[in-house]
This record gives sequence, C-alpha cells and structure tokens, in this order.
Amino acid sequence: MAEKLLDWNEVLIGATIKDPGNSRSYETGSWRVERPVWNPDECIQCMFCWVYCPDSSILVDENGKMTGIDYDHCKGCGICVEQCPKKSKALTMLLEADAKGKSEEEIRKEAFSK
Amino acid sequence: MGKKVALTGNEAAAHAIRQINPDVVAAFPITPSTPIPQNIAQYIADGKMDTELVTVESEHSAMSACIGAAAGGGRVMTATSANGYALMWEMLYIASGARLPIVMAVAARALSGPLNIHGDHSDIMGGRDSGWIELVAENSQEAYDNLIQAVKIAENKDVMTPALGAFDGFNISHSIEIWEMEDDDKVREFVGEYEPLFPLLKTEEPVTHGAWAPPDWYFEHRMSQLKGLLNAKDVVVNVGKEFGKAFGREYGIYEAYKMDDADYVIVAMGSVCGTTKDVVDSLRDNGVKAGLLKLRLFRPFPYKELADVLSGAKAIAVLDRVSPAGAQGGPLFNEIRSALYDANNRPPVINYSYGLGGRDTQPVHINSVYDTLKKIVETGKVEKQFDCLNLRGAWG
Repeated sequence: MAEKLLDWNEVLIGATIKDPGNSRSYETGSWRVERPVWNPDECIQCMFCWVYCPDSSILVDENGKMTGIDYDHCKGCGICVEQCPKKSKALTMLLEADAKGKSEEEIRKEAFSK
Repeated sequence: MGKKVALTGNEAAAHAIRQINPDVVAAFPITPSTPIPQNIAQYIADGKMDTELVTVESEHSAMSACIGAAAGGGRVMTATSANGYALMWEMLYIASGARLPIVMAVAARALSGPLNIHGDHSDIMGGRDSGWIELVAENSQEAYDNLIQAVKIAENKDVMTPALGAFDGFNISHSIEIWEMEDDDKVREFVGEYEPLFPLLKTEEPVTHGAWAPPDWYFEHRMSQLKGLLNAKDVVVNVGKEFGKAFGREYGIYEAYKMDDADYVIVAMGSVCGTTKDVVDSLRDNGVKAGLLKLRLFRPFPYKELADVLSGAKAIAVLDRVSPAGAQGGPLFNEIRSALYDANNRPPVINYSYGLGGRDTQPVHINSVYDTLKKIVETGKVEKQFDCLNLRGAWG
C-alpha cells in the first residue's frame, strides 16, 4: 500500500476517511493470478468490458475510447474477457507466470498465439 | 425552577428525551421500554418537540437508522429492552466503532427463553463489550438525570462514544415515583449544541464512514476506539459535577453509601440498591457496620477507584442481576474480584444472582447476605462463593 501505516493514536476517529477515493492507493492488482491481455488491433470499442469491469480497471481516454488495462487494480477476474464479443477476440487471459519479465509486445504475442 | 412530578421511569426517560430534543429518534417498541417512543410520538404530535421520529420495522433497523442519522451529523437517541437490544447487537458495535455518540435509554429486561418480559440485567450485561458507555440508574430520578448527562458524556470530543442509560424494567420503568423534572430551557442549555466531527451531510468536506479496515488497520482503529471509551471515565465525573452545579444533584462513578467504616459491603447496580440502603440503615441502627457500594458506571469499568473504596471492607458480596452463564460468577463479581487482586487488602468476595426475570428481592434477602458476610468474617471461611437470592431450592 502506498499510504503510511499510522499508529493507533494517529488514525482518524471512527475509522473515518477524509480523502474519499483513496481506495485508488490500495493496489489490488497484486492479487492477480491471470491477467487480461488487450489487442487494440482487434478491439471494436464496444466498451462491454468497461461496463462490466467490477474494479473500474478498463482505461479510457477523454473521447471515451479504451486505451488499455489498469494492472495496479485489475484482480484478474476475467469478466472483461467473457464479455468481449467472440469474433473480435480483443481480450484474452494469460497466466501472470507466463507474462513475467516480458515486454507488452511479447506478452500480446504470447497471449494471442494460443 | 424544576418541579416535583409523580411519573414512571419510562416517562422520566421520555421527558429527558423531549427536553434534549434530539434531531432523530429511531425506535421500535418492546416491553418494558415501549412507553418511551410512545410518549415521544405524543410529544411530537402535540408540538412539544420537533425530533424526526423514524418508526422502523425492527430494533436492528432502529439502531441502523440511528447510525445513519448520527453519521449524517445529527444528535440521535433511541430506547429499547431485552430482545430488542439483542437484535441491535451487530449494529451496537458499528455505532461504537464509528464513534457516533448515540444515546439510548434501556429499560433493562430479561432475555428469553423462557419468554419473560420482566426486569433483570441480561440485556446490558450481554452487550457490555459492545464498546458503549453504560450508566445504570437506581430510580426514576437517576434514569432522567443519567440520560441528560449521557448526551454530554457521549458527545465529549475526547470520548465520542455511544452511551446507554439503563434502569430496571418494571421496577423503575413502570413504577410511579416522585422525582424532580428540570426546566426545558435549563436542560437544553446544559446539553448544549452538538457539533459532529465528520458529518456526511457537510458536502463541502466529503468523508467516508464505514470503510473496511484490513488486518494492517483494524487493530489500530480498535485501540483508538478503546481510548475514547476509557476517556469517558473522567468525563463522567466532570459532567456529574457540572450537573450538580446546574441542578443540585451531583453524580460520580459510584455512590458509597455508609462505606466510610463499613466492614460488610454489598456491591450492586440498579433498583436493588434502594432496598439495600434501607437494610443498611436498619443494620446500622443495630450497630452493624454495613455499607453499600452502588456502581453507576459499568463501562468503562472503574477498577482502580473500586479497588480503593472496597479494600477496607472485611467481606464483600457482589449482587449480579444475571446468571453467571458458565463463568466463575456474574460479570460484576468477576470484575470486582479482578480489581481487588492488586489491592493490598484482599477481602473475601462472594457472589449472588438475584432478581432474574423480575423475581422480587426483599429486605429479608438482603439481610441474609449481610448475615452471611458476618459469618464469613467470624469464621474466616467462605462456604459458598456463589449463591442465589430468593431461588426455590438450595443452589449447588
């Protein structure tokens, strides 16, 4: 976690949080076993993945277009891959172990060659 | 000027709530506390208070609505008894964990089963570890006074912890006694304006209440909460003094009745203390050095102060208005005995269960306790560490 772990006499009374939205600093991406891999060449921008993602981990630009995946928070549930229309195959799952130490390009190749 | 009135304990509680005029009362009726929300509804209908009364569908919802209203920034009160209190259980911990200074009147009653609607302390003793401040009244006057003080204690910035003011179901809640009702404006002046710390409705400073605390945060928050509860002890004393100045009736964490040179001491809470005082008076008339330590503040438990005032006794009997439920004795007994473990003088301490499910406790029963204490001092032997008062059949 990015935030400082406070002592018992430093925490805010009643476990109140004064900076709403600080769940962003809690990086749930570390829980992931498999990761979704995105292929922009096949993506039809239907935004089904964005609608269904339970962790708001589909990254979108100011024009509402998908630009990638927020791996700091994506828990690897695979819902986006389930929702991705089958013909386009713009999203697929890959074991984190197989992605380790590889570049984005290599990961994409590995994921979509299967 | 206040005035003398002849009303029940429930009416005393209802009048205290009317005078405090909280922003929200969310309550569900249950015997013997039903007349409290009933009277509040009447006062609101008659234009005597402008509280928002939320008539919920259960006590779980009552406490939930209280928590929501308190998180919103309101001054919030409620009332309940027994199984209603038990149904609130989960939410009691959330109220105290969120540090919301809700104040609740409890007409203390037995928990079923078997089904029983009468007075004992099963409810408030069961919830003693829910993180609430617990004040226990001997009579209607104290039921009224305690609720007014509880608001100020709970809302103290060093405390910010919910508080309950308990009084015995039926013995107090339904008995008409003469007590003094203070003027509405004096009571409102005493409790003052409530300034919530982090009100949800203050939208320019948004906050989150009720977020989750993972293993690396929960422990710190629980200990921070404990500090608030422990801070209540000194605040109870200070507010008790302020109350004395304002209304002429001063309160502390306990009442030491003829304790100065007492050899034989009963420790108790609630309406049984009235009976015990009468017995102490007649024993004193006969030259017996009897005393009563009436505890007013059960949570936070003032163990040091109690050890100091009790260590001069020759023998002590602790009266618990609950079953020990498998422990070595009742909760009051266990905590008093534990408090005395560090004292230089450790008098023998025995325990009685009494008054369960509304069972009458009369002077003859209290006299028998003092007789037993005398016997213990004379013989140096404790025959029974635990016994029952007014139970058919010898316990053991």
